[in-house]
Amino acid sequence: MQSLYRPGNSLVHRVPAGLKLALLAALGVGLFLTGSLPVVAGAVVLVVAVGLLAARLPWSALLVQVRPVLIWLAVLLAFHVLVTDPRTGAVAVLRLLALLVAAAVVTATTRVTALVAVVERLASPLRVVGVRPARIGLVIAMTLRFIPLVADRAARVREAQAARGASRVGLGIVVPLLVQVLRMAATVGEALDARGADDAPARRRLARAAS
Amino acid sequence: MKSRDLAYVALFAAIVAVLGLVPPVPVPGLPVPITAQTLGVMLAGSVLGAKRGGLALLAFLAVVAVGLPVLSGGRGGLGVFVGPTAGYLYSWPIAAFVIGLLTQLFWRRFNLAWALIANMVGGILVIYAIGIPFTALYGDISLWASFTGSFTFIPGDLVKAVAASVVAVAVRRAYPVIELPGRRATAG
Repeated sequence: MQSLYRPGNSLVHRVPAGLKLALLAALGVGLFLTGSLPVVAGAVVLVVAVGLLAARLPWSALLVQVRPVLIWLAVLLAFHVLVTDPRTGAVAVLRLLALLVAAAVVTATTRVTALVAVVERLASPLRVVGVRPARIGLVIAMTLRFIPLVADRAARVREAQAARGASRVGLGIVVPLLVQVLRMAATVGEALDARGADDAPARRRLARAAS
Repeated sequence: MKSRDLAYVALFAAIVAVLGLVPPVPVPGLPVPITAQTLGVMLAGSVLGAKRGGLALLAFLAVVAVGLPVLSGGRGGLGVFVGPTAGYLYSWPIAAFVIGLLTQLFWRRFNLAWALIANMVGGILVIYAIGIPFTALYGDISLWASFTGSFTFIPGDLVKAVAASVVAVAVRRAYPVIELPGRRATAG
């Protein structure tokens, strides 16, 4: 699985992930507080400039993330032109475009591991309700590992069905496939327990016993 | 939560991601293709239950946010969380939680009918109740316009609710993951 990160060494790449996310959030709030056309248009120009010039990203890095939403923006603009007025439409569309490009820049210039670290840090206040931030990182890491695994199992079951002459894949394969991967996940859970990944108190007990 | 529960959570996050790689299915008579991803939302709730199902979808959103293009159509990154349809994304963990809650409620007498109720309330009602107002607010359009815009997806969602229910009932028989507190020794 190829992430949307584009390796680089620009200033934008080197800004800490937490600060980039904070700036993105601030931009989001700021854009929704203003209804001024020049301001939102300026924001679009600014974020595109940051992405192409400061972060030295290729056009394609931004386009690949923004393109799926373009048709939506077109529909939105058309709706406003017909129902309200073109100016409101332009503000709504440019505001979304600025946010989308800004988010694309952050995604393309920040490593997955750095973002996961920010998620863990943001979750640390949840410690008081019993959430262990390190386990959030563990779940994300496991998810990344399971994606190719599940895709591979699904492809194998499909091939087996095709080999038996089934032309279409029905619900019939979904149940055995689910049971198969649920068993696998249970095994992974046992393996984690065996390595002491889960049991923090037990680990402490062992450490005390050893000393 | 045990390690096994964490693995289940990660597994269903991965399943939703893999369903996003399935190319959208064009349906005759429907202007928009059906994507398989909300099928994963329904399955997560009705196989794992409320807590683990909701967490699985949160883990999926985390994986999307850190930059994996696993949303249907190869989308991903932080941009999708500020797009006009982001409300639907935010609704998924809540939808999985509600489906799981209803499934646990019906667990003893769980059959296709109860599964359908759980999946339609959680997987369709909850998702639209959050997604439609969000889109309206974001795009500065009326609630009614937002509602009619999403109406075309409902037939596809009904198909998915039926599919998820059939699978959920079969998985319950083959490999039940939900355990109700107490009465385990006496059940069966």
